Amino acid sequence: MTDTSYDRAPGEISTTAEAQRLTLSDFGIYTVGFVLAVMLTAISFWVANTTLLWPPGVAMGLVVLAIAQMGVHLVFFLHITTGSDNTNNVLALAFGVLVVLLVVVGSLWIMRDLNSNMTITPEQMNLRMQR
Amino acid sequence: MSVAVAAYDAKRETFAPASEAGPASKRIVVAFGFWVFLLSDIVMFSALFVAYAVLVRATAGGPAGAELFNQVSVAVQTGCLLVSSYTCGLMSLAVSQRRRTDTYLLALVTFVLGAAFLYLEVHEFAGMIARGAGPQRSAFLSAFFTLVGCHGLHVTAGLIWLAVMMAQVEFKGFRPSVDRRLLCFALFWHALDIVWVWLFTAIYLMGVRP
Repeated sequence: MTDTSYDRAPGEISTTAEAQRLTLSDFGIYTVGFVLAVMLTAISFWVANTTLLWPPGVAMGLVVLAIAQMGVHLVFFLHITTGSDNTNNVLALAFGVLVVLLVVVGSLWIMRDLNSNMTITPEQMNLRMQR
Repeated sequence: MSVAVAAYDAKRETFAPASEAGPASKRIVVAFGFWVFLLSDIVMFSALFVAYAVLVRATAGGPAGAELFNQVSVAVQTGCLLVSSYTCGLMSLAVSQRRRTDTYLLALVTFVLGAAFLYLEVHEFAGMIARGAGPQRSAFLSAFFTLVGCHGLHVTAGLIWLAVMMAQVEFKGFRPSVDRRLLCFALFWHALDIVWVWLFTAIYLMGVRP
């Protein structure tokens, strides 16, 4: 039986025949990931310091680069794939990402609203102090 | 593929469907459990992270990030952690192929680079505290020291763990329990690098922009 349906431990390189045929050597996987990560890091530092780009767009560019680098780490260092032996690991990861997004986006959204709705101007503060 | 896993899976290769395969091997269960722990750790980091993002403008008249952060030092730190993540990956390969000398060598490189990262971070913290920008100065700095310091503590724990694992390889050899711990360590170390990607992007690179 080549079609083994066992799960794979997270962080382990796939041993299925299909994956073996498609991918590089194990050393090659780590090296490609390393080169990609170095490139993305270098681009991030360049983007942050260059004056060539439209300044308001830089933050978004940095976020995109960070997401790309996270993907590189997940695929090449942690060996997360879409293979059927990896479903449990991907589902756990997806849930983790969901919680992280809820915490980050939700908090930023709420705090931004609170800031804009509850800021007290100096005139309002004076009125309060006179009461 | 790794020898240890090959030996382990060879026994089970004849089975067909997952429903008849029985419980997963201990290696898979342990690594998956650790994976879930790592994800919860990242959820904790996201809370500290968003606290920083909310408080980043709350400098209370004190210094802001642009005056405090040194990009060169951050670039070197990033390089240290990235290369150590790579050597950690190569160490996993050496472990699975039972190359003991390579394992020690790569673990040593990983350890030295991790320690260099920590040295630079402590140096940066000491410099900031010396110029009156300690965690008690403003909400921004409290959040900064909590977030970056928490990552630094994780790196410290990782270094101790790595040293312990090398002692275990020396005295216990590559037995399954040691293999599982080394797999978990590799997961931990790579996850720390992912956290650092977000830290250097959001704190240092976005922070130094005017």
